[in-house]
Amino acid sequence: MDTLSAPLTIAFDYTRSLGPVLGRFMAGLRDGRVLGGRTSDGRVHVPPLEYDPDTHEPVTELVEVSPAGTVLSWTWTDRPLEGQPLDRPFGWALIRLDGADTPLLHAVDAGTPDAMSTGMRVRIRWAAAPVGHIRDIECFEPQDPEAGAGVCGGGDGSAGAVVEIMTTPVRLHYRHSTSVEESGYLRGLAEGRIVGRRCPACRKVYVPPRVCPACGVATDEEVEVADRGTVTTFCVVNVPFAGQRLTPPYVVAQVLLDGADIPIPHLILGVPAADVRMGLRVAAVWRDRADWSTTPENIDHFEPSGEADAPYETFAEHL
Amino acid sequence: MNDVAVIGFASSDVSVTTSGVETLVPVFEAALAQAGLERRDVDFWCSGSSDYLAGRAFSFVNAVDAIGAVPPIAESHVEMDAAWALYEAYIKILAGEASTALVYGFGKGTAGELARVLALQLDPYTVAPLWPDAISVGALQARLGIDAGLFSERDMAAVAAARDDASSVETLLDRPYVAMPLREHDVARVADGASAVVLAAADRVGGRRAAWISGIGHRVDPQGFGERDLTAVPSATAAAADAGGLDGVQVTALHAPFTHQELLLRRALGLPDEVRNVAFGSNPMFSAGLSRIGAAAEEVMSGRASAAAAHATAGPLLQQNLVCVLRSES
Amino acid sequence: MRRAAVLGTGQTHHRTRRTDVSMAGLCREAIDRALADAGVGWEQIDAVVLGKAPDLFEGVMMPELFLASALGAAGKPLLRVHTAGSVGGATANVATSLVRAGAHRRVLAVAFEKQSESNAMWALSIQPPFSAPITAGAGGYFAPHIRSYIKKTGAPGHVGALVAVKDRRNGALNPYAHLRQPEITLESVQASTMLWDPVRYDETCPSSDGACAVIIGDQQAAEASERQVAWIRATSMRTEPTFYAGKDHVNPRAGATAAAALWAAAGIKDPLDEVDVAELYVPFSWFEPMWLENVGFVGQGQGWKLVESGETALGGALPINPSGGVLCSNPIGASGLLRFAEAAMQVMGRAGEHQVAGASTALGHAYGGGSQFFSMWVVGRNP
Repeated sequence: MDTLSAPLTIAFDYTRSLGPVLGRFMAGLRDGRVLGGRTSDGRVHVPPLEYDPDTHEPVTELVEVSPAGTVLSWTWTDRPLEGQPLDRPFGWALIRLDGADTPLLHAVDAGTPDAMSTGMRVRIRWAAAPVGHIRDIECFEPQDPEAGAGVCGGGDGSAGAVVEIMTTPVRLHYRHSTSVEESGYLRGLAEGRIVGRRCPACRKVYVPPRVCPACGVATDEEVEVADRGTVTTFCVVNVPFAGQRLTPPYVVAQVLLDGADIPIPHLILGVPAADVRMGLRVAAVWRDRADWSTTPENIDHFEPSGEADAPYETFAEHL
Repeated sequence: MNDVAVIGFASSDVSVTTSGVETLVPVFEAALAQAGLERRDVDFWCSGSSDYLAGRAFSFVNAVDAIGAVPPIAESHVEMDAAWALYEAYIKILAGEASTALVYGFGKGTAGELARVLALQLDPYTVAPLWPDAISVGALQARLGIDAGLFSERDMAAVAAARDDASSVETLLDRPYVAMPLREHDVARVADGASAVVLAAADRVGGRRAAWISGIGHRVDPQGFGERDLTAVPSATAAAADAGGLDGVQVTALHAPFTHQELLLRRALGLPDEVRNVAFGSNPMFSAGLSRIGAAAEEVMSGRASAAAAHATAGPLLQQNLVCVLRSES
Repeated sequence: MRRAAVLGTGQTHHRTRRTDVSMAGLCREAIDRALADAGVGWEQIDAVVLGKAPDLFEGVMMPELFLASALGAAGKPLLRVHTAGSVGGATANVATSLVRAGAHRRVLAVAFEKQSESNAMWALSIQPPFSAPITAGAGGYFAPHIRSYIKKTGAPGHVGALVAVKDRRNGALNPYAHLRQPEITLESVQASTMLWDPVRYDETCPSSDGACAVIIGDQQAAEASERQVAWIRATSMRTEPTFYAGKDHVNPRAGATAAAALWAAAGIKDPLDEVDVAELYVPFSWFEPMWLENVGFVGQGQGWKLVESGETALGGALPINPSGGVLCSNPIGASGLLRFAEAAMQVMGRAGEHQVAGASTALGHAYGGGSQFFSMWVVGRNP
């Protein structure tokens, strides 16, 4: 049986606090200057190290280096990927700026790979609106060999206000794949049925079906369970938080469906939060049949079924 | 000190689900069957994986479901290739905290755009925001090696041809670049997978087939592109020394995500040409290194070699390396 | 078995946002203090173990790789442990095993979390496709189990608030604590907003940036130390699945079996009598009585009574979390190591204003995931 899969994108704009060394380095970029960090052996590192690799002491001395340098190694990208510095074919290069002892990695806008070579001279193209970020260097561009050596400011590295935080978006794309068991469960939901599976070893019924986590064996026997059950325990969510999909307040309960041996979390509506209690009998409220698909969202929420509360002993072992 | 041996190994080259649980169940069964142990005989479980393969926090937590950890088990996890989980388990046995261990690694490397995901291993302030993909970064290292005269594109193609008997060096060199100077054959195919290795202390090995671990070493190098010679792999050299050296090793199982990295590793490990390498076909992230240990152990357990060395790598450009030497005699 | 001991500990000032430092700077603040406390130099560190919770929190895949040089790990063995919320404890336990195995003389264990780089709730609320949109947040996961505890034991409703008052006042004695609230009262806690009923705002841990470091040495290193060390008498780790039919979320078997193994290994027969102070992982106040029972200090249903009696406060029979605990500082990946480090500080006599007088045996405890990963150690003034 084909298993179901679907795309998943995760995205967040990370806020990176920089500390004294990187904060000055990024401030320099904002101001159109590249600062290297000098370590105890006299070498100038670009990007700067925060701690000296030999003495382990914090690096404190920053010096300005040239915006021009030499390519130590390179490659070529025909199809730039999301987030990369240029959206047309470009070269990646390790570039040692004049005045520095170590190379930094960046893009070279050379047009064609024929224009790239080890030892070529390149120069920074600054971004139009610098903010104190590594991407204030838009990219490097080939430098006319006649232009001579880059101008090294040779300053003492003092710059304008240190950058405290840089924002870095991270956006990644995945394809999430379900198991045979979960796909069967999802296809059942598309038909308005809740299908679990029984463990061949402990005989417990798992909904949604999965490898039996207690026994470590695949569950084999399909078992349809009821769309009603018992609230074992619950909480009232009063607090907003990032990633939330519902507006507080709402009740999230553990619902032990009749015929299942493990509760599922779900919303309890149709009753004041203060009246939700352990042992409350509830029934699923399905969305309009026309909207059903292979998703648990077919069940909108649970609400009281009107049955008498389940005795504590009947669900105590599920707490 | 306890002697420790590999007594079981199994792997899978699929991962149906992002969580890996369904794949791990039969892999555990196969590894334990080979070891002649039951699940409940395992004193310590240890795994290696990465949340970023699945795009979810705590993705390793689901994998515990495959164990059947009721009643509870002694267990740990490293956010590394599972070769390092094997090291942790080996240490637990040496320390006398366990007599047997099952180590596993898993990942669905094809779930995301792995080359882009791996950009997040680079410096988050000055490098990762440019999203340099792992293949481009690898290409920069390959060119440094070529420019230094250490090897040629032909040598790299020869590594690939040895991995795949169907290809000749000439036909490989006729193919286009994916990231100069790398061609498709220079980049190990990203794969899904899972593997498990069973370890036992000497008093639990009994009459079982065993590959005795004579030493394991692992080291990490600084990451900065300018902070080490990118054509040397000092952490691999040091790891091999920590593992007691490679004297007498007849076969290796190197974990080289790029052909040029296999050449760099052979130099760093001082491997003579006559030492055979078990071909590294695809790269199932986070189980690949453990599977290399399993492959080396199989060489020894099968009698094909009396001593074998496995290698695992992690991070960009062979930043972190582990060497495990296995022998037929304890 | 070879002996191992804590030679020194260090931690950062924990805050909501430590925007004054990078990730390396945060770790180094703790490491530098630990090295100074231990009287150990960089050249004496043989290996580094780094613990951290999910990489999505900082948006860096395996951050120990880029941090290797700043952590002093370049050229050395480096391990990265991740066992969810228990990771700080697991980090210390792995470092201990490295010493006990004879692999190294001195190991640096360091754990950190820089929650302000992102939003932990976002990272934890990522729902894969095909899952129900029933997100309740971190407190929403644990609040129903707290409700179950109250139902099972008949604990009076103010017990959670009592713990909150105690821990926040303890935190006021700890210069590194994130929340320091000497003026907090039972009434003010009970008046605070109900977040995840039955959990109130003041009964909930903060979100912190922070790091902790511990130097662990072998017997020779311990005997060479000029200062009191904390001998590691036993370590323990246990795991069970997040969910399974019949799982006891109130009194998880993994926690109980980890503790039983720990006491047996340490030769402790009556923990309540023999342990002088404990740092338990209590992110929501109600977990103090729950863990008192789970680790076996008291019998089932008795935890809340020990809290109510005041015996878990400083000066009581068994002070719990004199540092203020997770309720005062919660740099997630480091929170477990902080528990372990604070236990060591107590028996080393270096806990400052929150020192328990005469403490000679202490428990460090951490848990994570859905109450399923447990790590613990017992440290003593004597081996």
